Amino acid sequence: MALSKVWVHAELTPEGTVAPISLEILAKAREISDVVEVFTGGDGAAIAETVGKHGATKVLATGDISDKLQGVHVGAALAAAIEGGDAPDAVLLGTTYDGRDIAARLSVKLDKPVLTNNTDIDVADGIVVSTQIFGGTQIVKTKFAAGGPAIATFRPKSFVAEETGGAAAEVAELGLVDAGAAGAAKLLNRHVEETSGPKLDEAAVVVSGGRGLGEAGKFDMIEELAKMLKGAPGASRAIVDAGWVPYSYQVGQTGKVVKPTVYIAAGISGATQHMVGMKGSKNIVAINKDPEAPIFGIADLGIVGDVHKVLPKLIEALKAR
Amino acid sequence: MNVVVCVKQIPDPADPGALNPDHTLKRDGKLILDESDSYGVEMALQLVDKAGGGEVTLVSMAPNGEVSGLRTALAMGAAKAVLVSDDALKGAGALDTAKVLAAAVGKAGEYDLVLAATESSDGYTGTVPEQLAALLDLPSITFAKSVEIADGTVKVQRQTEAGYDECEAPLPALVSVTAGVVEPRYPSFKGIMAAKSKPVETVTVADLGLDAGIVGWAGAGQEIVDVAAAPEREAGEVIEDDGESFQKIVAFLDGLKVL
Ligand SMILES: Cc1cc2nc3c(=O)[nH]c(=O)nc-3n(C[C@H](O)[C@H](O)[C@H](O)COP(=O)(O)OP(=O)(O)OC[C@H]3O[C@@H](n4cnc5c(N)ncnc54)[C@H](O)[C@@H]3O)c2cc1C
Repeated sequence: MALSKVWVHAELTPEGTVAPISLEILAKAREISDVVEVFTGGDGAAIAETVGKHGATKVLATGDISDKLQGVHVGAALAAAIEGGDAPDAVLLGTTYDGRDIAARLSVKLDKPVLTNNTDIDVADGIVVSTQIFGGTQIVKTKFAAGGPAIATFRPKSFVAEETGGAAAEVAELGLVDAGAAGAAKLLNRHVEETSGPKLDEAAVVVSGGRGLGEAGKFDMIEELAKMLKGAPGASRAIVDAGWVPYSYQVGQTGKVVKPTVYIAAGISGATQHMVGMKGSKNIVAINKDPEAPIFGIADLGIVGDVHKVLPKLIEALKAR
Repeated sequence: MNVVVCVKQIPDPADPGALNPDHTLKRDGKLILDESDSYGVEMALQLVDKAGGGEVTLVSMAPNGEVSGLRTALAMGAAKAVLVSDDALKGAGALDTAKVLAAAVGKAGEYDLVLAATESSDGYTGTVPEQLAALLDLPSITFAKSVEIADGTVKVQRQTEAGYDECEAPLPALVSVTAGVVEPRYPSFKGIMAAKSKPVETVTVADLGLDAGIVGWAGAGQEIVDVAAAPEREAGEVIEDDGESFQKIVAFLDGLKVL
């Protein structure tokens, strides 16, 4: 049984393009629904072509609201559209900062549950979403039992984005409503952190360091190796919390989900909360001096050794090539 | 200035988690203050301190009248707590939890600011604070990595995928804080002793004027249909470094054509 219609959140990057996670969800939405439309808290015309290529036939857009917070305004606009009779079977969003806010505000407006952190959705027998729990060791399937639009958010990299070559989507207005006192928060300024090299969650190679590096300065080895492999450096939470690297480097349950061709974990024990963010990698190399480290349980190549010995030699060998 | 902080008491994350036969999370052992919430408590204490007066009130929802996590936060310096404990809340989803917390905030007295962690360490839905804001009809700024208050306005650096956004909202407002927004203090011995006699008001769903049919299992609007082990990733080759193991890595990377 396919659904009749779903709405997918087209989240915008600071540059105004559609975020990869929205294109990933669009790919799945096409599979489960006859009609796929997107909604966005921004300009619809600017993304009509992209989302059309990814299978959406319509963009419901609020127009520019870049001086406001998305959650309360997009949530209220969606609720008004739904109450006005234009109800989809499901509203799908990314488990992102704005995605969660919009889903949360919408869920209160409609008095419907929202299920977050999903990695899959199935519509064969009702709308059933899958979530990984206990660090990804178990998968829970939950059915929406309240009727009305099912509101669900998905982890990044749950699906693979794919173009269908569709025509530009039709642009329609998603009418804003007065959110009253709740709408009073303002967005004054955006700060985009400068990054060089590929993004952590898009890189083909990720080299991550953990507490086993011993001290902040040793993270230079991780940066250097990542650069040589045209990859991105990543980190365990232990060294983010210790202030060695910014939070944006963190891989795991409370950080980024990565699925590179190769993930190199250096001095990382392999806590379930770390592994849930990287065990979807196609290949995993682990370097750890403890042969009992859990990371070896999922590594394709495990080196029981000292990062201070193995990494410098590896870097030298790659330099020599 | 008065601040209400939502705190969750959870099973120790260091222990392996387990489910009850009805698929709810096992919470029958000792519960502790979710570390994520220690940031909200600390932030609240600092803001009240800076304002030169007021108090920090905790609200929490937990089974079996559990207070050990609350005592930790009271020992840090919070003045009092409202605890909602009721068997009817078993299986409550994020929206139900927000409804219960909203009603509990109503028992906490006058407030200027509500703080919460961005997500709990055991459930991590990350929607409860924003749902709570919606129910209380408050402006909200989520995922704060820095919080300041001046002239009746809360100024926040809000975490984004690309960096952070500078945001502000008039008080009263709700803010959810990330780990690292401030460095939580350790309770002092004096604090721990004082916490023992600080007031904790324990209330039921009925005390809050809520219908047990709309919160907890009955109201969750969701049904767990299956729990299964995730497919395991097989371990590959593990070798002892003999000084030459880097060659193995080079060959491995070469085979994958990433060099
Ligand atoms: C709710 C919650 C959410 C969390 N979210 C995340 C998350 O998103 N991401 C995350 O990473 N963690 C997360 N954590 C933390 C996680 O549980 C671990 O504490 C963390 O991943 C450990 O980091 P680590 O592997 O760097 O440190 P450790 O566990 O201390 O491991 C260090 C490893 O280095 C090895 N080592 C030491 N010296 C050397 C050497 N010279 N050479 C080689 N190896 C060496 C040791 O054998 C050890 O295995 C979360 C925890 C909780 C409770």
